Amino acid sequence: MSDVTSRRKLIRAGLGAAAGAAGLATAGHLISKYGMIPPDHYGPYGIGQTLTYAAHRILMPKQTLAREFDRSQISTIASVNGLPPATDDYKRMAADGFADWRLTVDGMVARPLTLSLTDLKSFPARSHITHQACEEGWSFIAESTGVLLSHILNLAGAHPRAKYVMFFSLPEKGSPLGKKWGSLDMEDAWHPQTLLAYGMNGQDLPLDHGAPLRVRVPRQLGFKSLKYLTRLTVTDTVKPYGKGWGSSSPERGFSWYGGI
Amino acid sequence: MATAQSAYTSAQATPLAGVPESSRHSAIVRVTHWINALSFFGLVVSGFAILIAHPRFYWGETGGLGTPYVFELPLPYMKGGPSGWGRNLHFLVAWICVANGLVYALSGLVTRHFRRRLVTPNENYDVLQRMAYLSVIFGLLPFLTWTGFAMSPALTSLAPAFVTSLGGQQSARTLHFFAAIAIVVFFVGHLAMVYASGFRKQFLAMIFGKERA
Repeated sequence: MSDVTSRRKLIRAGLGAAAGAAGLATAGHLISKYGMIPPDHYGPYGIGQTLTYAAHRILMPKQTLAREFDRSQISTIASVNGLPPATDDYKRMAADGFADWRLTVDGMVARPLTLSLTDLKSFPARSHITHQACEEGWSFIAESTGVLLSHILNLAGAHPRAKYVMFFSLPEKGSPLGKKWGSLDMEDAWHPQTLLAYGMNGQDLPLDHGAPLRVRVPRQLGFKSLKYLTRLTVTDTVKPYGKGWGSSSPERGFSWYGGI
Repeated sequence: MATAQSAYTSAQATPLAGVPESSRHSAIVRVTHWINALSFFGLVVSGFAILIAHPRFYWGETGGLGTPYVFELPLPYMKGGPSGWGRNLHFLVAWICVANGLVYALSGLVTRHFRRRLVTPNENYDVLQRMAYLSVIFGLLPFLTWTGFAMSPALTSLAPAFVTSLGGQQSARTLHFFAAIAIVVFFVGHLAMVYASGFRKQFLAMIFGKERA
């Protein structure tokens, strides 16, 4: 091999490596800028979580709508995982039609809110009949009624630089890790189907399904539709909460993003 | 067809002298084969971990305990555990498997590998083998990807036909399971053929490129 060809090869390899490094840096910058890295991007599965989440955010930038169904398709049996909180407080509130229950909205908002169930029901209501699949494999179709999360975000004046809405809830009975909590990115928080639901199939939300209030995110698996809500926090970082992975689900071995 | 020049060079450089160029596995086939083999095991193991949370199958859009079902596997319901890491691993490996499969399929089309080995009659594979490979590569594997996508509530918001064309989300799950079983059956048949034609020889050929030692 002559000196000229080896020098050419070296130059070509160098240029290739530089282009590759620049490409990677640009890609990294872009996916970070456009919020395509999920909070649980650490660990052995982090690359897979990131690829799936980024692909979905690239493929669905226009807030595509989850399928909606006909009233005749509503399931007669709607299973649940996790039982209503076993605390005396919860039982007392439930016996009283949740008159004493309040939802707190705080964090990066212009106007922090404390809302009663009556307040929530006085806002414009939206219903949708959607499919809800548990990550275990079973599923049902149900009608959810509530107020759009976007309405609450507007009411509270969510900061434009906010990146997540955190959800906190009462501990379910027998839940080994106590309280469940989670978060949605702003794409799903502002999504026109993301409801704070107080009704199901034309009735008040049953205790098993998260009374008095749950979130419904029909583009994600069931575990993202957190039940027994008590507090929403608008934030630009999930780092301060738990291990910083965005919800309690990654700490139990499940992914943060549930769009699969 | 190898030219005299390249045949001379390869005889000098590798121990594959005398092996016709047409019956050696190309580097891209060998690399993608082993990535695919690892993906296969990763997907079967993680798929089983997801399945065991609810080893019962339904038809249509919905299904759960208390509703009619198609069949159930005689396995315990393991809730709240394996399906977590199972799904995480399944998607990580699925990304690798799909990327690898695309590289393999595109290179196979560009280099006319499929045409030479799998479409037209050749000395390497008989008609049944060629049909089996073609139906797995262009039928079963794309169908597994499709039925997988059909279970995604996010992707079906983009393209509802992914799932409606299959008869519903639970139908997609059941079909995904059947397709996975079919792949496992193909794998067993593939291993049997490799054994029948000399495991060591074929195994080394898929590593070093030589088919006839």
